[in-house]
Amino acid sequence: MFLNYLLGTGFGATAIAIFYPILKFITPPQVIEAAQNSVTAGKVNELALNSGKIFKFGNKPGILIRSASGEFKAFSAVCTHLDCIVQYQPEKKQIWCACHNGQYNLSGLNVGGPPPRPLEEYVVNTRGEEIVVSKA
Amino acid sequence: MNAERLTLWLDDRLGIGAIAELARKKEIPIHRHSIWYYFGGMTLFLFGVQVGTGILLLLYYRPSAETAFESVQFIVTEVQFGWLIRSVHSWSANLMIATLFIHMFSVYFMRSYRQPREVTWLSGVLLLLLAVGFGFSGYLLPWNKLAFFATKVGTEIAGVLPVVGRPTLRFLRGGDDVTGATLTRFFGFHVAVLPAITTVIIGIHLMLVQKHGMSVPASLEGKDLKKMKFIPSFFLRDLIGWVLAIGVLAALASIFPWELGEKADAFASAPTGIRPEWYFLFMFQTLKLIPAKVLSFDGEVLGILGFSVGGLLLFIVPFLDDPTKPRRRSLFTIIGVIVVLYIVVLTIVGFIG
Amino acid sequence: MKLTNDSPAHPRSSIRSFALIPLIALLLFVTASAQKKNSCVDCHSSMDGALLEPVRLSKGDVHDVRGLSCVDCHRGDATKDDMAAAMDRKKGFIGKPRPSEIPALCGRCHSNAEFMKTFNPGLRVDQEREYSTSVHGNLLKGGDAKVATCISCHGNHGIRAINDPLSKVYALNVAETCGSCHGNADYMKGYNIPHDQFDKYKTSVHAKALYEKQDLSAPTCNDCHGNHGAAPPGLESVANVCGQCHVRQASLFQSNPHKVVFGLMRAGECVQCHSNHGIIPPSDEMLGVGEKSACTQCHGQGDSGYAAAEKMRERIDQMSASIGRATEILNRAERAGMEVSKPRFELNDAKDVLTQGRVLVHTFSPDELDKIIAPGLDVANKSYSAGGAALAELSFRRKGLAGSLVFILFLAGLIYLKVRELERRGADPQKQS
Repeated sequence: MFLNYLLGTGFGATAIAIFYPILKFITPPQVIEAAQNSVTAGKVNELALNSGKIFKFGNKPGILIRSASGEFKAFSAVCTHLDCIVQYQPEKKQIWCACHNGQYNLSGLNVGGPPPRPLEEYVVNTRGEEIVVSKA
Repeated sequence: MNAERLTLWLDDRLGIGAIAELARKKEIPIHRHSIWYYFGGMTLFLFGVQVGTGILLLLYYRPSAETAFESVQFIVTEVQFGWLIRSVHSWSANLMIATLFIHMFSVYFMRSYRQPREVTWLSGVLLLLLAVGFGFSGYLLPWNKLAFFATKVGTEIAGVLPVVGRPTLRFLRGGDDVTGATLTRFFGFHVAVLPAITTVIIGIHLMLVQKHGMSVPASLEGKDLKKMKFIPSFFLRDLIGWVLAIGVLAALASIFPWELGEKADAFASAPTGIRPEWYFLFMFQTLKLIPAKVLSFDGEVLGILGFSVGGLLLFIVPFLDDPTKPRRRSLFTIIGVIVVLYIVVLTIVGFIG
Repeated sequence: MKLTNDSPAHPRSSIRSFALIPLIALLLFVTASAQKKNSCVDCHSSMDGALLEPVRLSKGDVHDVRGLSCVDCHRGDATKDDMAAAMDRKKGFIGKPRPSEIPALCGRCHSNAEFMKTFNPGLRVDQEREYSTSVHGNLLKGGDAKVATCISCHGNHGIRAINDPLSKVYALNVAETCGSCHGNADYMKGYNIPHDQFDKYKTSVHAKALYEKQDLSAPTCNDCHGNHGAAPPGLESVANVCGQCHVRQASLFQSNPHKVVFGLMRAGECVQCHSNHGIIPPSDEMLGVGEKSACTQCHGQGDSGYAAAEKMRERIDQMSASIGRATEILNRAERAGMEVSKPRFELNDAKDVLTQGRVLVHTFSPDELDKIIAPGLDVANKSYSAGGAALAELSFRRKGLAGSLVFILFLAGLIYLKVRELERRGADPQKQS
């Protein structure tokens, strides 16, 4: 009888040891999907007018800009010259790269300095309070 | 007691009484080669593990060229115990094919395929083919460099067959090259087509095994053998094996986690030293050893045809062998031993070489 | 004449053929007049050597393509076959111009805004004036015939547009063109300037960007020295010139006491530490008080500059080392099968801080450096911890596995005991027939 008891407990414990990981597995994780094509870049009221911020898009940095007129724009933040990370210059209303003085306008076009190509532009949508950035 | 009432209730509606009777009556003969009896059940258990872990993986996997690799990476890094489920799935696949081979060869050498079990053998060889199909289609799904090139080479080889080669290649690849279309197709094979067919064939296989009972080696036929009841003795022993298999799988998943590799790039050149999974290795090595031209025929085509013919012979072995003739018997045993040695040696060569 | 309506009296086809005739005549006339008589080409094409060169080179020349020809520069009369009449000096013919005459000759058109407008309104018209401010221009005025004039760089007959890759002044060709004189020790004898600029430039990071990466934005000779007004930048303008691209470093330097001191020392600003032609990527060794340090050129032990240099180097090294440690542990975790792409990405912020730190060195102030290094170290440490966590997770899995294996073996053993018990108890008698 003792053996039966042990056996029962043993099977019970094994069952738990199998079903516990399975249960945890099917519970959605924190990051809900392998989001490569779109990402939440921030909240609508987080970004002041005429300002920008860097966010993570997959493995690369992106830059989210709220123009003076309130419009949201997003681009890859990797400078097309030598891969430095660009920043937003509110005074000049343009995107600037500190490494070699490269300049891009608010359409992502390279308008000054060494950069040979425009910045890749992303599509911006708002979902309630959230700003969702996706690949074009 | 409630259990009895429940049983009666179910029996009334489902007729489970008959099945329970069968299970109670089933007996397993005990003899020198009884150990091999466990391998069929083990293969079935590992298949069950595959189905279970496969369904779990299905909850997160995405079958497109753009997202497949990332989704597997996601499973392995973000999903809780994802690493465990994925590694168990990959390891169990290999273990299942290994036990399947052992089961098949033990049946072969014990000549269990002889009358009246020929159809059981036929369904078994079909299951071998299906298992290998599962392995081949599943291998591509993570969409990493190794899998991409293994699929490329594998389908290329299929394409070498005369007449049917090209259409087969296009059917497998979903086009002329290995692309996202291939991935979608292989996914469909792996989770829908093959499981459906396999369920039916396993059903037939198991039903036939119950119908004919356990076969014994010819020399022991008719003799008075000790027997053990399937329930509880043999089944509990089966269970020991299965529990140990779980342990082995957990160990493999933790100590040798299955590699993720790098995402496939259709335009990159093949990485050095690519080779298929171990169960294809002996064929792969053979093809490498055949000279490019034999007489006036393309060496590779000859190799593939050779293996196809071999497979066919394996399929119809029950009709070729005649266990009543001792010369025939020993011939088939010798052939079997040679084949096993060939496979083992070439697999080892494939690994070292 | 309506060509569109098909009326029976004037079917379209016959109207068409009539219309064609005057068109063809017009075409013939136009092509004939385009082939103006050019006695220069006629004679010189039958010559050889240096006298044939101009004709040969002129094909594709930027002036030739626009309908300008020999007489537009050399004057003379191209309609006359007679040599004396065609090349009549009294009538203004300029044969081979002397070097001192060349700027004026080219400038006759190129400094004439109204004339140049008819060809390319965007082209500058002050090259001649710029040239007169240059070292070459001034030496030429003083009678030196060896210095570069327009044709030395642009060529005389096969002149190409500057964005034409075949041009001697195309971005990729500029250094070689300048170097053809300035790198020639014999030619440069007597001028008392070095002749290793081209050689040094070829070793530089700018040359690598230009020639290997084909980055046409990389500076070559004219970007720092000017092209027509070529002169070395003044010792106190160096930072302005470098600062066209290296904005932050230049502005930091210029608001710093070092600018004044370097000016007094006639030290050439950026060049003092980074050199002018053979500029190689700066290493951390240039900072601090070690052997290869630039700071110890002036600062000796005991002075505040020496201490500052030491401190700054220490900070930079600290940052660099913490990034190195974090990278190493992440590599270890990855090799062991763990996925660490997120901490690796976050480590990029730390690498960014290191880059910024190296720029802030130009404030020559350890305090400025501290402002960004401290948070940077935090980031690197976070990535390091993430790597450690990954390794800990790995170890946890192995321990969990070891535990569960023990348990599984235990369970298997239990089942076996149960089997034995069942069989022993006779609840499952082994049938003997």
